[in-house]
Amino acid sequence: MVSIEDYGEYETEWCPGCGNFGILKSIKQALVNLEKDPHEVFIASGIGQSSKLPHYLKCNMFNGLHGRSLPPAIGAKMANHELTVLAVAGDGDCYGEGGNHFIHNIRRNPDITLIVHDNQIYGLTKGQASPTSEPGMKTKIQNHGVFNTPLNPLAMAISLDCSFVARGYAGDVAHLITLIERAINHRGFSLVDVLQPCVSFNKLNTFKWYSERVYKMDESEYARDDQVHAFAKSLEWGEKIPLGVFYEKGKPVFEDNFDALKSSTLVKSKYETEKVNELIDSFV
Amino acid sequence: MVLAKTFKKSGFYVFATQYYLSRVRGGHNTFQIRISDAPLKSMTENLDVLIALDKVSVEKHLDEVSDGIVLVDQDAIGIDLEHDTIFHVPMLKIAKEVCGNKIYSNSVAMGAALGLLCSEFDSLSKVLEKTFMKKGQDIIDTNIKAARAGFDHAIVNYPHGCKFKVPEVFDQDFQMLIAGNDAVALGALAAGLKFLAAYPMTPSTGVMTYVATHADKFGVVLEQAEDEIAALNMVIGASFTGVRSMTTTSGGGFSLMAEALGLSGITETPVVIFISQRPGPATGLPTMTEQGDLQFVLNAAQGEFPRCVIAPGTPEECFYQTAEAFNIADKYQIPVFVMSDQYLADSLFTCKKFDSSKVKIERHLLSGHELRTKHEEYKRYKFTPLGISPRAIPGQEGVVVVGDSDEHNEAGHIDQTPENRIRMNDKRMKKLGLLQEEIPGPTVYGPENAHTSLISWGSSYGPLEEVVDILHSKGQSVNLVHYNYVYPFPVSKTHEILRKSKKMICVEVNATGQFARLFESETGIKIRENILRYDGKPFTPDFILSALDEKGMV
Repeated sequence: MVSIEDYGEYETEWCPGCGNFGILKSIKQALVNLEKDPHEVFIASGIGQSSKLPHYLKCNMFNGLHGRSLPPAIGAKMANHELTVLAVAGDGDCYGEGGNHFIHNIRRNPDITLIVHDNQIYGLTKGQASPTSEPGMKTKIQNHGVFNTPLNPLAMAISLDCSFVARGYAGDVAHLITLIERAINHRGFSLVDVLQPCVSFNKLNTFKWYSERVYKMDESEYARDDQVHAFAKSLEWGEKIPLGVFYEKGKPVFEDNFDALKSSTLVKSKYETEKVNELIDSFV
Repeated sequence: MVLAKTFKKSGFYVFATQYYLSRVRGGHNTFQIRISDAPLKSMTENLDVLIALDKVSVEKHLDEVSDGIVLVDQDAIGIDLEHDTIFHVPMLKIAKEVCGNKIYSNSVAMGAALGLLCSEFDSLSKVLEKTFMKKGQDIIDTNIKAARAGFDHAIVNYPHGCKFKVPEVFDQDFQMLIAGNDAVALGALAAGLKFLAAYPMTPSTGVMTYVATHADKFGVVLEQAEDEIAALNMVIGASFTGVRSMTTTSGGGFSLMAEALGLSGITETPVVIFISQRPGPATGLPTMTEQGDLQFVLNAAQGEFPRCVIAPGTPEECFYQTAEAFNIADKYQIPVFVMSDQYLADSLFTCKKFDSSKVKIERHLLSGHELRTKHEEYKRYKFTPLGISPRAIPGQEGVVVVGDSDEHNEAGHIDQTPENRIRMNDKRMKKLGLLQEEIPGPTVYGPENAHTSLISWGSSYGPLEEVVDILHSKGQSVNLVHYNYVYPFPVSKTHEILRKSKKMICVEVNATGQFARLFESETGIKIRENILRYDGKPFTPDFILSALDEKGMV
């Protein structure tokens, strides 16, 4: 039996009341519910307040570069596809600096769960606009208000046929736990975008602001593999903000595409140096 | 290519280079083949036989043919030069008449070339058979027929007989004809490469392509990354999780990898980075050669951390030193570069067959048993006297492995205290000193106590070896001091070797003498003379000899 104590208790560098706490609690509980032992779990992260998360639970982890949580996660998954691999990132991290990796890993569809702490602002650098900031929001940099159209990560993922797309809310831990469990259980690339209030810098999208708007979708009312419905739903934003699984579709998984991974993991496979002799002979 | 293989099959030592432009079709392209009954290490500036398939080729290269033969199809390229070197072979006409299709004119040309050299025809038909094996017997037979017609035409019609009659030699099965890129790929496969992520970039792509062709057989996962940033970050993730991993690129792609290079440095994750240089900056000359990225590779990424730079000079060195790069990366937990360039990557060299039994795989990883019998909690960055921390990998039972791009403590968690920073930095840099003691010094070709030492690195080895031979035969006291292990710089071994040299000349393919700068800053010895080339072409013995002559140094 895996217990929550196995994942440890650590002092954090987060502000009191930060939405990150709800996400950390949800990830730990989801891993416990799924009976994952810490040594079977690998979490990669980028840079930002969100990306410090793996330091606050006991597991294999790689806290890499800004925007680059996904590439090391893919590398780790390829080296040992028996690991449960998660990538955590922030909205600036994943949708700004790392946008290219976000797009192309949706296309690759490895069995990885990406959890994005989406607080619509840069926290660690103290309050600049992020790709998901609301137009008009004033910051010390965007002092006439944000001009750029916000990036809609769910609509983008659904349009790329991402195999699992969900939105959670850091203020609803019980619901977020189930979303993360489902995302990990889903075989293929899973995106969980988590609305996360930044209590220090985002004075617009607060706990109150989100709590007044979010609602859980009733999954009995739609087919989860209906891409057009999912896309339409992903455009809903403003007075009402839907939470839950927007889109889920079984697709061929990246790892299954390699002969090298069929009988064993790469890390357990043998070295066969003498096999090159045949290739050497072809140059004679 | 077929002709080069034919000469190799006939037992000659062959050296072949190509010159092409960065476009998919057309433009002026050449393929130069040099053959000899003695080992060859470089190309030359002059030609004996020029097979010109268009007018530009005649105009551009006629001057390079001294006392030789220019083989053309005057019907096809519309020149009517009354030049006694020009020998007309109606290749298109023969191809159409004999085979019914002008596409066989290439085979006619090759046959004609062999005929002019009064060489044996058998080897060409063997190579053609191998080349067209997948296309069926008909295609093989037709090509052989075309080649035979060209061969016969030359023998019958060339009035001066065999101008360059080549001596008889025997096929040498212990020799290979191979390009540097293929040799690097073979070295990586022999060393147990399991994961390669890269973005295609000329002239490095050949390595990726060769590995891809054999990936299934060798149990390799190869992925074309969305960009070079992803490529090196993926490689780092795979290596952190325990498999031998590499990326391949050229200078432009490596520019995008600079930050991840530092990530490998601070997380102490072994990676092998293959760089095939081409002239920059930016897009530069995509299909040409230069040794212009040395200082960039030595200094790329913010901060200070140990790295290793290896620059093979021949295909054998590409093979063995690429394999060795993985051992160094694993032992010291650092990024290791294998630096090549377009010349070494694409040229075909005749060399001794590689011996895979000489490749040893040394991983330096903690076993499950070692981890179980340890009583303390595992720490990825444990302080040790040598600075090398025992390495466990994610997935091993009973431990978790923590890696961090922030400055971190022994356990791998963020630690920004000054005391920790100093200890961690010292721990990492200590590994550079250790490696410096271990790596081999330069090789010396020619007499040890020569008056003049030519100093070089990487792919310039071949032409310089020939230069030393030529000067030696003229009674000059010259040797070549050549570096494959470029960084950390073998300082004490250098002092030992160059103790007696009175004059030093550094020879490299760039405009500013990048290796000479490294040499001077590491050894404190000033190199007063440089021979540099940076027109996109590699060194030839002729180029170096005339530069030495101009400087009055020989």
